Amino acid sequence: MNTTAPVVQVENLLKTYGSFAAVDSVSFEIQRGETFALLGPNGAGKSTTIEILEGYRDRTSGNARVLGIDPGKGGLDWKARLGIVLQSTGESGDVTVREQLTHFAGYYPNPRSVDEVISAVGLDEKAGTLIRKLSGGQRRRVDVALGIIGRPEMLFLDEPTTGFDPEARQQFWQLIRSLKFEGTSILLTTHYLDEAAQLGDRAGVIAGGKMIDIGAIDELGGAEARVPIVRWRAGGVRRDERTDTPGALVASLMVDGTEPAGLEIIRPSLEDIYLKLVADHATASELENAR
Amino acid sequence: MSTTTSAPTAVTKSSLGSSLGRNLTLGVSRIKYEVRAYFRQGDSVFFTFLFPVVMLTIFALAFSEQSFGSDDEPLSAAAFYLPGMLAAGLLLSGLQNMAIDIAMERSDGTLKRFAGTPLPIMSYFIGKMGQVFVTGVLQATLVILVASVGFGVELPSEPSKWLTFAWVFVLGVTTSAVLGIALSALPRSGKSATAVVIPIALVLQFISGVYLGFSLLPVWLQNFASIFPLKWMAQGMREVFLPASFEVLEQSESWNLPGVAIATGLWLVFGLIMTRMTFRWIRKDS
Repeated sequence: MNTTAPVVQVENLLKTYGSFAAVDSVSFEIQRGETFALLGPNGAGKSTTIEILEGYRDRTSGNARVLGIDPGKGGLDWKARLGIVLQSTGESGDVTVREQLTHFAGYYPNPRSVDEVISAVGLDEKAGTLIRKLSGGQRRRVDVALGIIGRPEMLFLDEPTTGFDPEARQQFWQLIRSLKFEGTSILLTTHYLDEAAQLGDRAGVIAGGKMIDIGAIDELGGAEARVPIVRWRAGGVRRDERTDTPGALVASLMVDGTEPAGLEIIRPSLEDIYLKLVADHATASELENAR
Repeated sequence: MSTTTSAPTAVTKSSLGSSLGRNLTLGVSRIKYEVRAYFRQGDSVFFTFLFPVVMLTIFALAFSEQSFGSDDEPLSAAAFYLPGMLAAGLLLSGLQNMAIDIAMERSDGTLKRFAGTPLPIMSYFIGKMGQVFVTGVLQATLVILVASVGFGVELPSEPSKWLTFAWVFVLGVTTSAVLGIALSALPRSGKSATAVVIPIALVLQFISGVYLGFSLLPVWLQNFASIFPLKWMAQGMREVFLPASFEVLEQSESWNLPGVAIATGLWLVFGLIMTRMTFRWIRKDS
Protein backbone atom coordinates (compact mmCIF):
# COMPACT_ATOMS: atom_id res chain seq x y z
CA MET A 1 0.00 0.00 0.00
CA ASN A 2 1.34 3.36 -0.98
CA THR A 3 0.90 5.43 2.15
CA THR A 4 2.23 8.63 0.63
CA ALA A 5 -0.56 8.96 -1.95
CA PRO A 6 -3.24 11.47 -1.01
CA VAL A 7 -6.40 9.85 0.41
CA VAL A 8 -8.57 12.34 -1.45
CA GLN A 9 -7.72 13.82 -4.83
CA VAL A 10 -10.11 16.23 -6.49
CA GLU A 11 -9.29 17.90 -9.81
CA ASN A 12 -11.50 20.38 -11.63
CA LEU A 13 -14.63 18.92 -10.09
CA LEU A 14 -17.77 20.15 -11.82
CA LYS A 15 -21.37 19.45 -10.92
CA THR A 16 -24.14 21.18 -12.82
CA TYR A 17 -27.90 21.06 -12.42
CA GLY A 18 -29.21 22.45 -15.68
CA SER A 19 -27.31 25.66 -16.24
CA PHE A 20 -26.48 26.06 -12.54
CA ALA A 21 -23.02 25.00 -11.43
CA ALA A 22 -23.30 23.81 -7.84
CA VAL A 23 -19.61 22.91 -7.83
CA ASP A 24 -17.36 24.71 -10.30
CA SER A 25 -13.81 23.53 -11.03
CA VAL A 26 -12.94 22.69 -7.45
CA SER A 27 -9.55 21.09 -6.83
CA PHE A 28 -7.92 19.95 -3.60
CA GLU A 29 -6.09 17.07 -2.01
CA ILE A 30 -6.15 15.55 1.46
CA GLN A 31 -3.04 13.75 2.67
CA ARG A 32 -3.21 10.61 4.79
CA GLY A 33 -3.79 11.52 8.42
CA GLU A 34 -4.75 15.07 7.61
CA THR A 35 -7.92 16.87 8.68
CA PHE A 36 -9.21 19.15 5.96
CA ALA A 37 -12.00 21.61 6.70
CA LEU A 38 -14.31 22.76 3.94
CA LEU A 39 -15.79 26.13 4.85
CA GLY A 40 -18.39 28.20 3.11
CA PRO A 41 -21.82 29.76 3.37
CA ASN A 42 -25.03 27.73 3.00
CA GLY A 43 -25.57 26.62 -0.57
CA ALA A 44 -21.92 27.19 -1.47
CA GLY A 45 -21.43 23.63 -2.67
CA LYS A 46 -19.84 22.04 0.40
CA SER A 47 -22.36 19.24 0.76
CA THR A 48 -22.52 18.60 -2.98
CA THR A 49 -18.74 18.20 -3.00
CA ILE A 50 -18.68 15.90 0.01
CA GLU A 51 -21.59 13.80 -1.33
CA ILE A 52 -19.79 13.32 -4.65
CA LEU A 53 -16.78 12.04 -2.72
CA GLU A 54 -19.00 9.74 -0.63
CA GLY A 55 -20.46 8.24 -3.81
CA TYR A 56 -23.95 9.67 -3.30
CA ARG A 57 -23.88 11.96 -6.31
CA ASP A 58 -22.41 11.65 -9.77
CA ARG A 59 -20.08 14.37 -10.95
CA THR A 60 -20.61 16.15 -14.25
CA SER A 61 -16.89 16.22 -15.03
CA GLY A 62 -13.49 16.39 -13.44
CA ASN A 63 -11.53 13.83 -11.50
CA ALA A 64 -12.14 12.47 -8.03
CA ARG A 65 -10.39 9.71 -6.13
CA VAL A 66 -11.07 8.64 -2.55
CA LEU A 67 -8.58 6.09 -1.19
CA GLY A 68 -7.50 5.65 -4.79
CA ILE A 69 -10.99 4.71 -6.01
CA ASP A 70 -13.42 6.64 -8.18
CA PRO A 71 -16.27 7.33 -5.71
CA GLY A 72 -18.85 6.88 -8.48
CA LYS A 73 -17.73 3.25 -8.78
CA GLY A 74 -16.82 2.37 -5.19
CA GLY A 75 -17.91 -1.09 -4.08
CA LEU A 76 -18.49 -2.60 -0.65
CA ASP A 77 -14.76 -3.06 0.03
CA TRP A 78 -14.29 0.65 -0.53
CA LYS A 79 -17.27 1.58 1.64
CA ALA A 80 -15.89 -0.58 4.46
CA ARG A 81 -12.91 1.80 4.66
CA LEU A 82 -15.07 4.94 4.89
CA GLY A 83 -17.01 6.53 7.69
CA ILE A 84 -19.82 8.85 6.70
CA VAL A 85 -21.69 11.30 8.90
CA LEU A 86 -24.35 12.88 6.71
CA GLN A 87 -25.71 16.35 7.23
CA SER A 88 -29.20 15.15 8.06
CA THR A 89 -29.94 12.63 10.78
CA GLY A 90 -31.74 9.58 9.45
CA GLU A 91 -33.18 7.23 12.03
CA SER A 92 -36.22 5.05 12.20
CA GLY A 93 -35.25 4.83 15.85
CA ASP A 94 -37.02 1.75 17.17
CA VAL A 95 -33.77 0.30 18.44
CA THR A 96 -31.54 1.32 21.31
CA VAL A 97 -28.21 3.06 20.90
CA ARG A 98 -26.32 -0.12 21.77
CA GLU A 99 -28.45 -2.32 19.50
CA GLN A 100 -27.92 0.06 16.58
CA LEU A 101 -24.16 0.23 17.05
CA THR A 102 -23.78 -3.51 17.62
CA HIS A 103 -25.77 -4.16 14.46
CA PHE A 104 -23.80 -1.70 12.32
CA ALA A 105 -20.50 -2.95 13.73
CA GLY A 106 -21.37 -6.28 12.11
CA TYR A 107 -21.20 -4.70 8.65
CA TYR A 108 -17.47 -3.98 8.98
CA PRO A 109 -14.51 -6.34 8.88
CA ASN A 110 -12.61 -4.68 11.72
CA PRO A 111 -14.99 -2.60 13.83
CA ARG A 112 -14.26 -0.66 16.99
CA SER A 113 -15.60 -1.86 20.33
CA VAL A 114 -19.24 -0.80 20.70
CA ASP A 115 -18.85 0.24 24.32
CA GLU A 116 -15.76 2.32 23.56
CA VAL A 117 -17.56 4.16 20.79
CA ILE A 118 -20.60 4.79 23.02
CA SER A 119 -18.27 6.24 25.67
CA ALA A 120 -16.36 8.28 23.10
CA VAL A 121 -19.54 10.06 22.00
CA GLY A 122 -20.68 10.46 25.61
CA LEU A 123 -23.79 8.32 25.44
CA ASP A 124 -22.98 5.82 28.22
CA GLU A 125 -26.10 6.71 30.14
CA LYS A 126 -28.27 6.50 27.03
CA ALA A 127 -26.89 3.21 25.69
CA GLY A 128 -30.11 1.36 26.49
CA THR A 129 -32.47 4.10 25.31
CA LEU A 130 -34.45 3.90 22.07
CA ILE A 131 -32.92 6.28 19.55
CA ARG A 132 -36.25 7.98 18.87
CA LYS A 133 -36.43 9.00 22.52
CA LEU A 134 -33.11 10.88 22.36
CA SER A 135 -32.77 14.63 21.95
CA GLY A 136 -31.61 16.09 18.63
CA GLY A 137 -28.05 16.57 19.85
CA GLN A 138 -27.92 13.04 21.25
CA ARG A 139 -29.15 11.59 17.96
CA ARG A 140 -26.44 13.53 16.21
CA ARG A 141 -23.93 11.79 18.47
CA VAL A 142 -25.39 8.45 17.39
CA ASP A 143 -24.73 9.54 13.78
CA VAL A 144 -21.14 10.28 14.67
CA ALA A 145 -20.85 6.96 16.50
CA LEU A 146 -22.15 5.10 13.43
CA GLY A 147 -19.66 7.00 11.31
CA ILE A 148 -16.66 5.77 13.30
CA ILE A 149 -17.81 2.28 14.37
CA GLY A 150 -16.22 0.67 11.32
CA ARG A 151 -12.75 2.07 12.13
CA PRO A 152 -12.65 4.14 8.93
CA GLU A 153 -9.43 5.22 7.23
CA MET A 154 -11.30 8.17 5.77
CA LEU A 155 -14.00 9.95 7.74
CA PHE A 156 -16.48 12.40 6.21
CA LEU A 157 -18.15 14.77 8.65
CA ASP A 158 -20.83 17.02 7.16
CA GLU A 159 -21.66 19.68 9.77
CA PRO A 160 -21.29 17.13 12.56
CA THR A 161 -21.85 19.35 15.59
CA THR A 162 -25.10 21.04 14.57
CA GLY A 163 -27.36 20.99 17.62
CA PHE A 164 -24.56 20.26 20.12
CA ASP A 165 -24.31 22.24 23.33
CA PRO A 166 -20.87 23.77 24.06
CA GLU A 167 -19.88 20.91 26.33
CA ALA A 168 -20.83 18.31 23.74
CA ARG A 169 -18.82 20.17 21.11
CA GLN A 170 -15.73 20.20 23.33
CA GLN A 171 -16.18 16.48 23.89
CA PHE A 172 -16.61 15.94 20.15
CA TRP A 173 -13.41 17.85 19.39
CA GLN A 174 -11.60 15.61 21.84
CA LEU A 175 -12.96 12.57 20.02
CA ILE A 176 -11.83 13.90 16.63
CA ARG A 177 -8.36 14.65 18.04
CA SER A 178 -8.08 11.05 19.21
CA LEU A 179 -9.15 9.82 15.75
CA LYS A 180 -6.53 12.09 14.19
CA PHE A 181 -3.98 10.68 16.57
CA GLU A 182 -4.82 7.19 15.35
CA GLY A 183 -4.16 8.37 11.81
CA THR A 184 -7.72 8.79 10.48
CA SER A 185 -7.97 11.18 7.54
CA ILE A 186 -10.90 13.54 7.89
CA LEU A 187 -12.91 15.79 5.62
CA LEU A 188 -15.00 18.16 7.70
CA THR A 189 -17.55 20.74 6.68
CA THR A 190 -18.66 23.18 9.31
CA HIS A 191 -20.21 26.57 9.94
CA TYR A 192 -18.22 27.01 13.11
CA LEU A 193 -14.92 28.69 12.35
CA ASP A 194 -13.59 27.90 15.80
CA GLU A 195 -14.26 24.25 15.08
CA ALA A 196 -12.25 24.44 11.86
CA ALA A 197 -9.48 26.25 13.73
CA GLN A 198 -9.49 23.64 16.52
CA LEU A 199 -9.51 20.57 14.31
CA GLY A 200 -8.34 21.44 10.83
CA ASP A 201 -4.79 21.15 9.53
CA ARG A 202 -5.79 22.86 6.32
CA ALA A 203 -8.97 24.44 5.08
CA GLY A 204 -10.60 25.39 1.84
CA VAL A 205 -13.13 28.18 1.54
CA ILE A 206 -15.83 27.51 -1.00
CA ALA A 207 -18.35 30.11 -2.21
CA GLY A 208 -20.68 30.03 -5.18
CA GLY A 209 -19.34 26.58 -6.04
CA LYS A 210 -15.77 27.85 -6.38
CA MET A 211 -12.78 27.27 -4.13
CA ILE A 212 -11.82 30.85 -3.31
CA ASP A 213 -8.97 30.06 -0.96
CA ILE A 214 -7.13 27.05 0.33
CA GLY A 215 -4.26 26.63 2.71
CA ALA A 216 -3.10 25.93 6.24
CA ILE A 217 -5.63 27.26 8.75
CA ASP A 218 -3.22 29.91 10.03
CA GLU A 219 -2.36 31.05 6.51
CA LEU A 220 -5.86 31.36 5.10
CA GLY A 221 -6.55 34.69 3.42
CA GLY A 222 -2.82 35.40 3.08
CA ALA A 223 -0.46 37.22 5.39
CA GLU A 224 -2.12 40.52 4.57
CA ALA A 225 -5.48 39.42 5.99
CA ARG A 226 -3.81 38.83 9.35
CA VAL A 227 -2.25 42.26 9.70
CA PRO A 228 -3.56 43.79 12.95
CA ILE A 229 -5.97 46.68 12.71
CA VAL A 230 -5.65 49.74 14.92
CA ARG A 231 -8.95 51.52 15.33
CA TRP A 232 -9.65 54.85 17.02
CA ARG A 233 -11.71 58.00 16.66
CA ALA A 234 -10.24 61.31 15.66
CA GLY A 235 -12.54 64.34 15.62
CA GLY A 236 -15.57 62.07 15.78
CA VAL A 237 -14.52 60.12 12.68
CA ARG A 238 -13.66 56.41 12.98
CA ARG A 239 -10.21 55.56 11.70
CA ASP A 240 -8.96 52.06 10.80
CA GLU A 241 -5.37 51.42 9.99
CA ARG A 242 -3.69 48.12 9.20
CA THR A 243 -0.16 47.86 10.42
CA ASP A 244 2.45 45.28 11.30
CA THR A 245 3.65 47.61 14.05
CA PRO A 246 0.54 48.51 16.03
CA GLY A 247 2.56 49.53 19.07
CA ALA A 248 4.46 52.17 17.09
CA LEU A 249 1.24 53.48 15.59
CA VAL A 250 -0.40 53.79 18.99
CA ALA A 251 2.72 55.54 20.32
CA SER A 252 2.55 58.00 17.43
CA LEU A 253 -1.08 58.72 18.24
CA MET A 254 -0.01 59.63 21.77
CA VAL A 255 2.60 62.23 20.81
CA ASP A 256 0.45 65.16 21.79
CA GLY A 257 -0.33 63.49 25.09
CA THR A 258 -4.10 63.05 24.54
CA GLU A 259 -5.65 59.65 24.83
CA PRO A 260 -7.19 58.61 21.44
CA ALA A 261 -10.90 57.94 21.76
CA GLY A 262 -12.17 54.36 21.34
CA LEU A 263 -8.71 52.88 20.82
CA GLU A 264 -8.62 49.18 19.84
CA ILE A 265 -6.02 46.84 18.42
CA ILE A 266 -7.68 43.99 16.56
CA ARG A 267 -6.01 40.82 15.39
CA PRO A 268 -8.35 39.36 12.74
CA SER A 269 -9.77 36.02 13.87
CA LEU A 270 -10.31 33.14 11.45
CA GLU A 271 -13.92 34.23 11.41
CA ASP A 272 -13.00 37.78 10.35
CA ILE A 273 -10.72 36.47 7.62
CA TYR A 274 -13.33 34.01 6.41
CA LEU A 275 -16.11 36.61 6.33
CA LYS A 276 -13.89 38.98 4.38
CA LEU A 277 -13.00 36.26 1.87
CA VAL A 278 -16.65 35.41 1.29
CA ALA A 279 -17.68 39.08 1.11
CA ASP A 280 -14.89 39.88 -1.37
CA HIS A 281 -15.94 36.93 -3.49
CA ALA A 282 -19.57 38.08 -3.46
CA THR A 283 -18.54 41.58 -4.57
CA ALA A 284 -16.30 40.19 -7.28
CA SER A 285 -19.03 37.95 -8.69
CA GLU A 286 -21.50 40.84 -8.65
CA LEU A 287 -19.07 42.91 -10.66
CA GLU A 288 -18.62 40.01 -13.02
CA ASN A 289 -22.36 39.61 -13.46
CA ALA A 290 -22.80 43.34 -14.00
CA ARG A 291 -20.41 43.28 -16.90
CA MET B 1 1.91 9.13 14.12
CA SER B 2 1.81 5.45 15.00
CA THR B 3 2.29 2.72 12.46
CA THR B 4 -1.07 1.09 13.23
CA THR B 5 -2.79 3.53 10.93
CA SER B 6 -2.95 1.26 7.91
CA ALA B 7 -4.59 -1.50 9.96
CA PRO B 8 -7.45 -2.58 7.68
CA THR B 9 -5.18 -4.31 5.17
CA ALA B 10 -7.12 -7.55 5.64
CA VAL B 11 -10.01 -5.91 3.83
CA THR B 12 -8.21 -5.80 0.54
CA LYS B 13 -7.82 -9.58 0.43
CA SER B 14 -11.44 -10.70 0.59
CA SER B 15 -14.11 -9.03 -1.46
CA LEU B 16 -17.02 -8.11 0.79
CA GLY B 17 -19.57 -8.07 -2.01
CA SER B 18 -19.09 -11.54 -3.45
CA SER B 19 -19.08 -13.58 -0.24
CA LEU B 20 -22.35 -15.49 0.02
CA GLY B 21 -21.59 -16.46 3.62
CA ARG B 22 -21.23 -12.83 4.62
CA ASN B 23 -24.45 -11.91 2.78
CA LEU B 24 -26.33 -14.62 4.69
CA THR B 25 -24.80 -13.81 8.08
CA LEU B 26 -25.67 -10.15 7.71
CA GLY B 27 -29.08 -11.16 6.37
CA VAL B 28 -29.81 -13.10 9.53
CA SER B 29 -28.59 -10.16 11.60
CA ARG B 30 -30.96 -7.93 9.61
CA ILE B 31 -33.89 -10.30 10.26
CA LYS B 32 -33.39 -10.07 14.04
CA TYR B 33 -33.03 -6.31 13.84
CA GLU B 34 -36.11 -5.91 11.61
CA VAL B 35 -38.38 -8.17 13.68
CA ARG B 36 -37.38 -6.41 16.89
CA ALA B 37 -38.04 -2.97 15.43
CA TYR B 38 -41.34 -4.16 13.89
CA PHE B 39 -42.86 -5.16 17.20
CA ARG B 40 -41.76 -1.89 18.80
CA GLN B 41 -43.87 0.12 16.37
CA GLY B 42 -47.36 0.38 17.80
CA ASP B 43 -49.03 1.33 14.54
CA SER B 44 -47.57 -1.49 12.46
CA VAL B 45 -48.44 -4.03 15.12
CA PHE B 46 -52.06 -2.89 15.05
CA PHE B 47 -52.74 -2.13 11.39
CA THR B 48 -50.64 -4.91 9.94
CA PHE B 49 -50.23 -7.61 12.52
CA LEU B 50 -53.44 -7.65 14.55
CA PHE B 51 -55.80 -6.33 11.87
CA PRO B 52 -56.94 -9.72 10.49
CA VAL B 53 -57.58 -11.04 14.02
CA VAL B 54 -59.56 -7.94 14.89
CA MET B 55 -61.63 -8.19 11.70
CA LEU B 56 -62.23 -11.92 12.19
CA THR B 57 -63.45 -11.25 15.72
CA ILE B 58 -65.76 -8.46 14.58
CA PHE B 59 -67.31 -10.59 11.81
CA ALA B 60 -67.62 -13.62 14.04
CA LEU B 61 -69.41 -11.62 16.76
CA ALA B 62 -71.53 -9.47 14.41
CA PHE B 63 -72.87 -12.42 12.42
CA SER B 64 -72.86 -14.98 15.24
CA GLU B 65 -76.53 -15.84 14.67
CA GLN B 66 -76.21 -16.39 10.92
CA SER B 67 -75.21 -19.48 9.02
CA PHE B 68 -73.12 -19.10 5.89
CA GLY B 69 -73.57 -22.68 4.72
CA SER B 70 -76.52 -24.71 3.48
CA ASP B 71 -79.31 -26.08 5.70
CA ASP B 72 -77.68 -29.53 5.78
CA GLU B 73 -74.20 -28.13 6.33
CA PRO B 74 -74.29 -24.97 8.51
CA LEU B 75 -71.17 -22.82 8.63
CA SER B 76 -70.38 -20.19 11.25
CA ALA B 77 -69.30 -16.68 10.36
CA ALA B 78 -65.86 -17.31 11.86
CA ALA B 79 -65.39 -20.40 9.67
CA PHE B 80 -66.62 -18.55 6.60
CA TYR B 81 -64.29 -15.57 7.12
CA LEU B 82 -61.20 -17.50 8.27
CA PRO B 83 -59.71 -18.11 4.77
CA GLY B 84 -60.32 -14.50 3.76
CA MET B 85 -58.63 -13.16 6.87
CA LEU B 86 -55.61 -15.41 6.29
CA ALA B 87 -55.36 -14.07 2.73
CA ALA B 88 -55.71 -10.53 4.06
CA GLY B 89 -52.84 -11.28 6.44
CA LEU B 90 -50.65 -12.26 3.48
CA LEU B 91 -51.42 -8.96 1.80
CA LEU B 92 -50.94 -6.84 4.92
CA SER B 93 -47.77 -8.51 6.22
CA GLY B 94 -46.28 -8.59 2.75
CA LEU B 95 -47.41 -5.83 0.44
CA GLN B 96 -48.75 -3.17 2.81
CA ASN B 97 -46.00 -3.66 5.39
CA MET B 98 -43.12 -3.63 2.86
CA ALA B 99 -44.43 -0.81 0.70
CA ILE B 100 -44.89 1.54 3.66
CA ASP B 101 -41.82 0.39 5.57
CA ILE B 102 -39.38 0.86 2.68
CA ALA B 103 -40.96 4.14 1.55
CA MET B 104 -40.46 5.43 5.11
CA GLU B 105 -36.87 4.18 5.20
CA ARG B 106 -36.21 5.91 1.91
CA SER B 107 -37.57 9.22 3.15
CA ASP B 108 -36.11 9.21 6.68
CA GLY B 109 -32.58 8.63 5.42
CA THR B 110 -32.19 5.02 6.57
CA LEU B 111 -31.52 3.79 3.03
CA LYS B 112 -29.12 6.64 2.38
CA ARG B 113 -27.19 5.59 5.45
CA PHE B 114 -27.06 1.97 4.25
CA ALA B 115 -25.80 3.21 0.88
CA GLY B 116 -22.72 4.52 2.68
CA THR B 117 -21.97 1.27 4.51
CA PRO B 118 -20.70 -2.10 3.26
CA LEU B 119 -24.15 -3.67 3.82
CA PRO B 120 -24.99 -5.77 0.73
CA ILE B 121 -28.42 -5.11 -0.80
CA MET B 122 -28.99 -8.87 -0.73
CA SER B 123 -28.63 -8.93 3.08
CA TYR B 124 -31.08 -6.05 3.33
CA PHE B 125 -33.64 -8.01 1.30
CA ILE B 126 -33.02 -11.18 3.29
CA GLY B 127 -33.80 -9.10 6.38
CA LYS B 128 -37.02 -7.76 4.87
CA MET B 129 -38.21 -11.15 3.62
CA GLY B 130 -37.32 -12.73 6.95
CA GLN B 131 -39.27 -10.09 8.83
CA VAL B 132 -42.30 -10.64 6.58
CA PHE B 133 -42.00 -14.38 7.00
CA VAL B 134 -41.66 -14.34 10.79
CA THR B 135 -44.47 -11.86 11.34
CA GLY B 136 -46.64 -13.53 8.69
CA VAL B 137 -46.30 -16.97 10.31
CA LEU B 138 -47.06 -15.56 13.77
CA GLN B 139 -50.03 -13.67 12.38
CA ALA B 140 -51.49 -16.70 10.59
CA THR B 141 -50.97 -18.82 13.70
CA LEU B 142 -52.80 -16.25 15.79
CA VAL B 143 -55.71 -16.00 13.33
CA ILE B 144 -56.09 -19.78 13.18
CA LEU B 145 -55.85 -20.08 16.97
CA VAL B 146 -58.46 -17.41 17.59
CA ALA B 147 -60.80 -19.00 15.02
CA SER B 148 -60.34 -22.46 16.45
CA VAL B 149 -60.13 -21.82 20.19
CA GLY B 150 -62.17 -18.63 20.37
CA PHE B 151 -64.94 -19.43 17.89
CA GLY B 152 -64.83 -23.22 17.65
CA VAL B 153 -63.99 -23.39 13.95
CA GLU B 154 -63.21 -26.94 12.93
CA LEU B 155 -59.79 -27.15 11.29
CA PRO B 156 -58.97 -29.57 8.47
CA SER B 157 -57.42 -32.84 9.58
CA GLU B 158 -56.07 -34.11 6.23
CA PRO B 159 -52.33 -33.52 5.78
CA SER B 160 -52.94 -32.73 2.09
CA LYS B 161 -54.98 -29.66 3.11
CA TRP B 162 -52.16 -28.41 5.31
CA LEU B 163 -49.69 -29.03 2.52
CA THR B 164 -51.83 -26.81 0.28
CA PHE B 165 -51.96 -24.25 3.08
CA ALA B 166 -48.16 -24.31 3.34
CA TRP B 167 -47.45 -23.65 -0.31
CA VAL B 168 -50.22 -21.08 -0.73
CA PHE B 169 -48.87 -19.31 2.35
CA VAL B 170 -45.21 -19.35 1.27
CA LEU B 171 -45.92 -18.40 -2.33
CA GLY B 172 -48.49 -15.82 -1.28
CA VAL B 173 -46.44 -14.07 1.36
CA THR B 174 -43.34 -14.03 -0.85
CA THR B 175 -45.23 -12.61 -3.83
CA SER B 176 -46.96 -10.08 -1.63
CA ALA B 177 -43.69 -8.92 -0.06
CA VAL B 178 -41.88 -8.63 -3.40
CA LEU B 179 -44.77 -6.61 -4.84
CA GLY B 180 -44.63 -4.42 -1.73
CA ILE B 181 -40.94 -3.74 -2.30
CA ALA B 182 -41.71 -2.80 -5.91
CA LEU B 183 -44.65 -0.63 -4.80
CA SER B 184 -42.45 1.23 -2.28
CA ALA B 185 -40.97 3.18 -5.19
CA LEU B 186 -44.34 4.80 -5.85
CA PRO B 187 -44.94 7.17 -2.88
CA ARG B 188 -43.05 10.42 -3.25
CA SER B 189 -42.48 10.75 0.48
CA GLY B 190 -42.71 8.69 3.65
CA LYS B 191 -45.68 10.74 4.80
CA SER B 192 -47.69 9.93 1.69
CA ALA B 193 -46.82 6.23 1.83
CA THR B 194 -49.77 5.16 3.95
CA ALA B 195 -52.12 7.33 1.87
CA VAL B 196 -50.91 5.66 -1.33
CA VAL B 197 -50.60 2.09 -0.13
CA ILE B 198 -53.52 1.50 2.24
CA PRO B 199 -56.27 2.38 -0.29
CA ILE B 200 -54.70 0.00 -2.84
CA ALA B 201 -54.63 -2.77 -0.26
CA LEU B 202 -58.15 -1.99 0.94
CA VAL B 203 -59.74 -1.99 -2.52
CA LEU B 204 -58.00 -5.27 -3.32
CA GLN B 205 -59.38 -6.81 -0.13
CA PHE B 206 -62.94 -5.75 -0.95
CA ILE B 207 -62.93 -7.06 -4.52
CA SER B 208 -60.98 -10.25 -3.80
CA GLY B 209 -63.34 -12.03 -1.44
CA VAL B 210 -61.82 -11.03 1.89
CA TYR B 211 -64.62 -8.98 3.44
CA LEU B 212 -67.37 -9.73 0.91
CA GLY B 213 -68.09 -13.29 -0.22
CA PHE B 214 -66.46 -13.62 -3.63
CA SER B 215 -69.44 -15.49 -5.12
CA LEU B 216 -71.69 -12.52 -4.22
CA LEU B 217 -69.77 -10.16 -6.49
CA PRO B 218 -70.95 -9.49 -10.08
CA VAL B 219 -69.14 -11.53 -12.70
CA TRP B 220 -67.39 -8.55 -14.27
CA LEU B 221 -65.93 -7.60 -10.88
CA GLN B 222 -64.88 -11.20 -10.26
CA ASN B 223 -63.10 -11.16 -13.61
CA PHE B 224 -61.42 -7.86 -12.80
CA ALA B 225 -60.29 -9.10 -9.37
CA SER B 226 -58.85 -12.21 -11.04
CA ILE B 227 -56.16 -10.02 -12.60
CA PHE B 228 -54.69 -9.47 -9.13
CA PRO B 229 -53.03 -12.05 -6.91
CA LEU B 230 -55.10 -11.58 -3.73
CA LYS B 231 -58.16 -13.22 -5.28
CA TRP B 232 -56.08 -16.32 -6.00
CA MET B 233 -54.51 -16.43 -2.53
CA ALA B 234 -57.98 -16.20 -0.95
CA GLN B 235 -59.21 -18.97 -3.26
CA GLY B 236 -56.33 -21.20 -2.21
CA MET B 237 -57.14 -20.57 1.44
CA ARG B 238 -60.83 -21.37 0.83
CA GLU B 239 -59.82 -24.74 -0.61
CA VAL B 240 -58.04 -25.50 2.65
CA PHE B 241 -60.62 -24.29 5.18
CA LEU B 242 -64.09 -24.38 3.56
CA PRO B 243 -66.21 -27.54 3.12
CA ALA B 244 -66.03 -29.25 -0.27
CA SER B 245 -69.61 -28.20 -0.98
CA PHE B 246 -68.41 -24.61 -1.45
CA GLU B 247 -66.30 -25.55 -4.49
CA VAL B 248 -69.21 -25.03 -6.92
CA LEU B 249 -69.45 -21.37 -5.86
CA GLU B 250 -66.00 -20.64 -7.29
CA GLN B 251 -65.62 -18.98 -10.67
CA SER B 252 -64.91 -22.14 -12.64
CA GLU B 253 -66.88 -24.21 -10.12
CA SER B 254 -63.49 -25.49 -9.04
CA TRP B 255 -60.84 -24.52 -6.46
CA ASN B 256 -58.46 -24.40 -9.42
CA LEU B 257 -55.27 -24.77 -7.39
CA PRO B 258 -53.07 -24.81 -10.53
CA GLY B 259 -54.61 -21.45 -11.38
CA VAL B 260 -53.71 -20.20 -7.88
CA ALA B 261 -50.10 -21.28 -8.38
CA ILE B 262 -49.79 -19.86 -11.89
CA ALA B 263 -51.45 -16.47 -11.24
CA THR B 264 -49.54 -15.89 -7.99
CA GLY B 265 -46.30 -17.13 -9.55
CA LEU B 266 -46.66 -14.74 -12.49
CA TRP B 267 -47.10 -11.84 -10.08
CA LEU B 268 -44.02 -13.00 -8.19
CA VAL B 269 -41.95 -12.90 -11.38
CA PHE B 270 -43.40 -9.50 -12.27
CA GLY B 271 -42.58 -8.19 -8.78
CA LEU B 272 -39.03 -9.49 -8.96
CA ILE B 273 -38.45 -7.83 -12.32
CA MET B 274 -39.91 -4.53 -11.11
CA THR B 275 -37.81 -4.64 -7.93
CA ARG B 276 -34.66 -5.43 -9.90
CA MET B 277 -35.38 -2.50 -12.20
CA THR B 278 -36.51 0.11 -9.70
CA PHE B 279 -34.85 -0.55 -6.35
CA ARG B 280 -31.94 1.74 -5.49
CA TRP B 281 -30.60 2.73 -2.07
CA ILE B 282 -31.07 6.32 -3.10
CA ARG B 283 -32.23 8.28 -6.08
CA LYS B 284 -28.94 9.86 -7.07
CA ASP B 285 -29.06 13.61 -7.46
CA SER B 286 -32.47 13.98 -5.91
